[in-house]
Amino acid sequence: MTHQQPILNTSPKVSDEIRRTTCYMCACRCGINVHMKDGKVAYIEGNRDHPVNKGVLCAKGSAGIMQVNAPSRLKAPMIRTGPRGSGEFKEISWDEALAIAVGWMEPVRHEAPEQLAFFTGRDQSQSFTSFWAQSFGTPNYAAHGGFCSVNMATAGIYTMGGAFWEFGQPDWDHTKLFMLFGVAEDHDSNPIKMGLGKIKKRGAKVIGVNPIRSGYNAVADEWVGITPGTDGLFILSLIHVLMKAGKIDLDYLSRYTNAPVLVNAAEGPDKGLFLRDNDGKPLVIDRVTGELTAFDKPGVRPDLSATYEKDGVTHRPVFHLMAERYLADEYAPEAIAEQCGVPAKRIRAIAGELARVAFDEAFELDHEWTDFRGEKHTKMIGRPVSMHSMRGVSAHANGFQTCRALHVLQIILGTVEVPGGFRFKPPYPKPVEAHPTPHSKSTPDTPLDGPHLGFVRGPEHLALKEDGSPARIDKAFTWENPMSAHGLMHMVISNAHAGDPYKIDTLFMYMANMSWNSSMNTKGVMEMLTDKDENGDYKIPHIIYSDAYSSEMVAYADLILPDTTYLERHDCISLLDRPICEADAAADAIRWPVIEPDRNVRGFQTVLIQLANRMKLPGFTNEDRSPKWKDYADYIINHERKPGIGPLAGFRGENGDKEGRGEVNPEQLNRYIENGGFYVAHIPEGADYYKPWNSAYQDWAVGMGIYDSPQPYLFQLYVEPMRKFQLAAEGHGDRQPPDHLRGRIKDVMDPLPIWYETDQTGNEGFTVNALTQRPMAMYHSWGTQNAWLRQLHGRNPLYVPTKLMRELGLKDGDWAKVTSPHGEITVPVMEMAALNDNTIWTWNAIGKRKGAWALEEDAPEATKGFLLNHLIHELLPPKGDGLRWANSDPITGQAAWFDLKVKIEKAANPDEMTESQPAFDPLESPVGTGPKNLAWKVGE
Amino acid sequence: MTQLPTSTDRKMGLVIDLDTCVGCHACVISCKGWNTENYGAPLSDQDAYGGNPSGTFLNRVHSYEVQPEQGAAQLIHFPKSCLHCEDAPCVTVCPTGASYKRAEDGIVLVNESDCIGCGLCAWSCPYGARELDQAEGVMKKCTLCVDRIYNENLPEVDRIPSCVRTCPAGARHFGDLGDPESDVSKLVAERGGMDLMPEMGTKPVNKYLPPRPKDKIEDQIDILAPLLAPVADEPKGFMGWLDKALEKL
Amino acid sequence: MHPAPSVIIFTTLSGLGFGLLFFLGLGLPAVSGTVAFIFFAIAFGLAVAGLLASTFHLGHPERAWKAFTQWKTSWLSREGWCAVIALVVMGLYAISVIFLDQRWGVLGVIGSLASLATVFTTSMIYTQLKTIPRWNMKLTPAMFLSFSLAGGALLAGQMRLALPFLLIAALVQILYWRQGDKALAASGTDLGTATGLGSRGTVRAFEPPHTGTNYLLREFVHVVGRKHAEKLRVIAFALAFVLPVILLVLPFSHFFALLAILSHLAGVATSRWLFFAQAEHVVGLYYGKR
Repeated sequence: MTHQQPILNTSPKVSDEIRRTTCYMCACRCGINVHMKDGKVAYIEGNRDHPVNKGVLCAKGSAGIMQVNAPSRLKAPMIRTGPRGSGEFKEISWDEALAIAVGWMEPVRHEAPEQLAFFTGRDQSQSFTSFWAQSFGTPNYAAHGGFCSVNMATAGIYTMGGAFWEFGQPDWDHTKLFMLFGVAEDHDSNPIKMGLGKIKKRGAKVIGVNPIRSGYNAVADEWVGITPGTDGLFILSLIHVLMKAGKIDLDYLSRYTNAPVLVNAAEGPDKGLFLRDNDGKPLVIDRVTGELTAFDKPGVRPDLSATYEKDGVTHRPVFHLMAERYLADEYAPEAIAEQCGVPAKRIRAIAGELARVAFDEAFELDHEWTDFRGEKHTKMIGRPVSMHSMRGVSAHANGFQTCRALHVLQIILGTVEVPGGFRFKPPYPKPVEAHPTPHSKSTPDTPLDGPHLGFVRGPEHLALKEDGSPARIDKAFTWENPMSAHGLMHMVISNAHAGDPYKIDTLFMYMANMSWNSSMNTKGVMEMLTDKDENGDYKIPHIIYSDAYSSEMVAYADLILPDTTYLERHDCISLLDRPICEADAAADAIRWPVIEPDRNVRGFQTVLIQLANRMKLPGFTNEDRSPKWKDYADYIINHERKPGIGPLAGFRGENGDKEGRGEVNPEQLNRYIENGGFYVAHIPEGADYYKPWNSAYQDWAVGMGIYDSPQPYLFQLYVEPMRKFQLAAEGHGDRQPPDHLRGRIKDVMDPLPIWYETDQTGNEGFTVNALTQRPMAMYHSWGTQNAWLRQLHGRNPLYVPTKLMRELGLKDGDWAKVTSPHGEITVPVMEMAALNDNTIWTWNAIGKRKGAWALEEDAPEATKGFLLNHLIHELLPPKGDGLRWANSDPITGQAAWFDLKVKIEKAANPDEMTESQPAFDPLESPVGTGPKNLAWKVGE
Repeated sequence: MTQLPTSTDRKMGLVIDLDTCVGCHACVISCKGWNTENYGAPLSDQDAYGGNPSGTFLNRVHSYEVQPEQGAAQLIHFPKSCLHCEDAPCVTVCPTGASYKRAEDGIVLVNESDCIGCGLCAWSCPYGARELDQAEGVMKKCTLCVDRIYNENLPEVDRIPSCVRTCPAGARHFGDLGDPESDVSKLVAERGGMDLMPEMGTKPVNKYLPPRPKDKIEDQIDILAPLLAPVADEPKGFMGWLDKALEKL
Repeated sequence: MHPAPSVIIFTTLSGLGFGLLFFLGLGLPAVSGTVAFIFFAIAFGLAVAGLLASTFHLGHPERAWKAFTQWKTSWLSREGWCAVIALVVMGLYAISVIFLDQRWGVLGVIGSLASLATVFTTSMIYTQLKTIPRWNMKLTPAMFLSFSLAGGALLAGQMRLALPFLLIAALVQILYWRQGDKALAASGTDLGTATGLGSRGTVRAFEPPHTGTNYLLREFVHVVGRKHAEKLRVIAFALAFVLPVILLVLPFSHFFALLAILSHLAGVATSRWLFFAQAEHVVGLYYGKR
């Protein structure tokens, strides 16, 4: 018998049709090809033409099919029938649901609009939801940035007009050294993996700075297993070594940063502010003439060294202040090595490698360009060092200054917006001056006086009422956290419960699991949501919640407005918001219903429009009181923020041939669908680097509607607005901080990056750092109940370093009791060797409440899974001063998740424990549980 | 049938780069998606929303820690699927001929209509590449997306296995490992591609590229240290250096 | 390996059944008529019950006939052929003995050899697997064959033959356990070769690919505590060999003979349970298990 084989059809039909839309399994917003068979979703793959993912797709994206058929999908609007937190509901019609919501909100709008708190979680339509809130008139609006990465975003904007992720990216095609700080698997997931792949292919080096060597750090050539919270110190030490060795890009610093800008040294209310001319332009000394001159005067060559004498006072440039600070021995590697847990020799070697690659491997691109001072350059100098960072360094109470330090490191090496370095993506770069300031003045029946969120330039922009009390329920933009540009969603429930700064009537939330993994002090939050006043009424009278799935938060709401899944809805990923641009191109995208919902659900944005139309909110209503838009798709096409500028930049104008600016095109969505669900406008060659100073880019950006006029600016090594808060704390100016905050403001609002130890009050005896991250197959996803993904991560052990395992006599599967100043959990452990010796960690948000997400009650997520959130409080332990201090960054209010310190001890042997502690009573599932077995094949 | 072909025209297979794989599981789920909808029976899941969920997967990503003699422990993500062995024991043990290796490209497949679900092929595989689907009672394994790589209904660029197409980091490569001039063969030669369990004598077609050496930067301190020689020890001296340096610009 | 009842029953019963057929084919005892009928019924009953049990774990037993096609390469296919040949030949032989009062000696010898060949092919299904070093030893067929012969002799009432066969089987069993315990280490396969990472340092399995279980873990990873296994070995050895030998040495009684047979059966079944449960499949290495 010889070899025989069956005949096989190697060209079976793949699908009837491919519908191209945008993924929403996380915040990455990749393009997807949805293969349809018989009108059903058969298979999902990445869209090769898409600017974000170029065909690749992560585990979440491919598992989208299990999200669309998830048994946890809510089916219809519901009104609560049992007590809050029970999960008992009855289904109602949309008409009833909308009437109830309007019945709660309309009186609030007539009397005190601030009593509606509208907070959206994983919202990708913030330009729309904020527009709605502004139109309603409440100052209380924000999304989830405050408990996510506001430090990173804000430090980036204030320092260089943009941060990482959607703000910018490494120049993957040219970079030769990529340095990654902290947990970064949580954002921009596919682009970073693609980038890592590119540089790995070239054999370029990756340095990972992270206490945990997982994910990207596992492929790093060099791993720096740093002590959590000391990244800033490590970075300042690198800056120290590089400056001391003169390995800094002086030409770059003098031309493109405020290093040469003169700082007022005269005592008084202007001390530490920039010397400015009559037009308000910061002043420098021109090296050519030696004269004091505006920084942007054509032909000026700012001098990094020269000082300016006036009235017996020597005004020195920023660079002098930097030299004075960072050359000090306190930043020497030997001085900080122990605190950072990194040997001094290793710090020096890394600094040396940064210097070597930035300067010895510099290269040139033959691209002509003209800078904002009118100077023509024949070449672009490449410094192939790039960096990335995200939540890891951000979620500490010293995170803002750490992120600032990181940008300063990038800038002194001359690696931002140069070939091989870090590049912005449109609409960034965008200086602070081009952003709005915060607005919080609410008036009955009147829209808010401007956008809620913005960037304060000084105390004058704080969101304070006339009596000095916070205007916002989350106390954003107050002396406690002046630069809280994303709001403080994590403080809303506790403040509303306490009636501090005031009581609210209705809490309206979207895709935010506040009664579970999105809150610190989870148990406390559940109690606050169910707490009643002396009359037996809930302290937070009304809670409206919109979600597509039966999340833990559903049980804590009174009215449920069920959202669609992402394949059943319209969306726009807009240049007005958080777009999908690349460094080489502006791009935006849409979602469209590739399938129709089989349940009585509606897209949340459409529901907002329907609510607005019932309340006749001004922005949504024509002069004849007719509604402007009937649903979200209508809004996407027809809304104009300014004449000619709408949510989507592509296919504008009557013929659909205009980009950026142009008249409304009724066919716009269809044109997007034909084009694969997105639009790309490429940045012309020669405009693609040096964007903040490149006239060609600035002109292109104006044409695209990104700016109204060119906005060249200097990178702010020294952030003047921070100094203004220090001046106030020193007693200058009308708006004065409360006395108990003066000292802290003076200390932390340093206009040059510093590092400080976070508040350790109450941490005595708690010596082990505890962190979380989300697994790549689930980061930022709203669907960890997904039948395929939950098999990858159905429970989360506590990872404990080998050294601690041995000391505590633990082995894999044992249970450990972990205690913090706030709480206690008992959870299973697993050994990890590639981990900082004094750090434990776990995957976040795997643990589920019994009864949620249509899982059965014995699901491992509910029995073995757990949240570290129980150990973290939104407030620090009492200090004995009669005040409670927030567990957040004192500059931005960023939730300091990663400052957690714990104590760990062996609890029991595996046989003696059955469930992670604390365990909670099961919720009543409003959707039942899922089917037992799956074999999901829609084709023949 | 269960006799192995004496030789195959080509040796199609995967090259997996352990230096690049970040362990994201994209390949795992993409494979699950494609192969649930395509070749043979769907990959089923039991107790999908319950206490002990368990499904059929043709590709799984393990992770290992390596503690070198000196220095920090390393973490290595390790995707594993059928290696399409030249000397595939899973083929010869099959009593029905359901398990076979294709003569034209060396792909090892299961003809599900002939499979009795005895499990012996899975027993004979050292790599855990075969899983008996609990709903269908037949053996499932990586097909190297034989229904993609020649599929004329797909654009030519997409005629690659779904795991390769989806891998965000580009850690998976597909090609003819029998052709020394192919990109994959060159990659294997250049990076020292290795076999898993070579002592088993299975002659796997799939190769693994080992991680590059790690944590060696301090060894280069002699080269790097001169770059860091201070320009001055005092701030005053630094300003002097600065003036001179600015003159040169 | 997962000690599935189907394979334990299969190898235990069919081993005994074919062992008995081996002796009957040789005319040991040279029975005829009703007595022969009883002997053959027991032999066929055990062999066929065992073979039927082996189909319980099939995903598609209705396609089992296809297993006859691949005799050139597959030991499982060969086993099927041998079993059919043995049963058919012995069936004819049985007819001749029971009903025709004939003894076609050549047919009997062929049937006996086919019966032994069946046991041998069964053992080769396991022995051929390099993936399970504990099975991949010459002692595996030796064990299957010696057990089959000892059990067959006992059942056939060949007490003078049973004693030496039992002693041989006991010796093979001890050798098998001794060598088997060292087999995985001796195979040279460890997590280092499994991952190719062994030259870089000590390799340790960290997170499994999925947090839940899967077919591979259910099928291939079965951990028996060392102490528990030692106890079971003592029990298996005592029941399979020590007790039957004592009973044989004692003055003959039908009751003792029956007891010896039952004891041996229970002992072999226990030994077979250990054969599977203690067998380490190398795929377990990938999961940090053995």
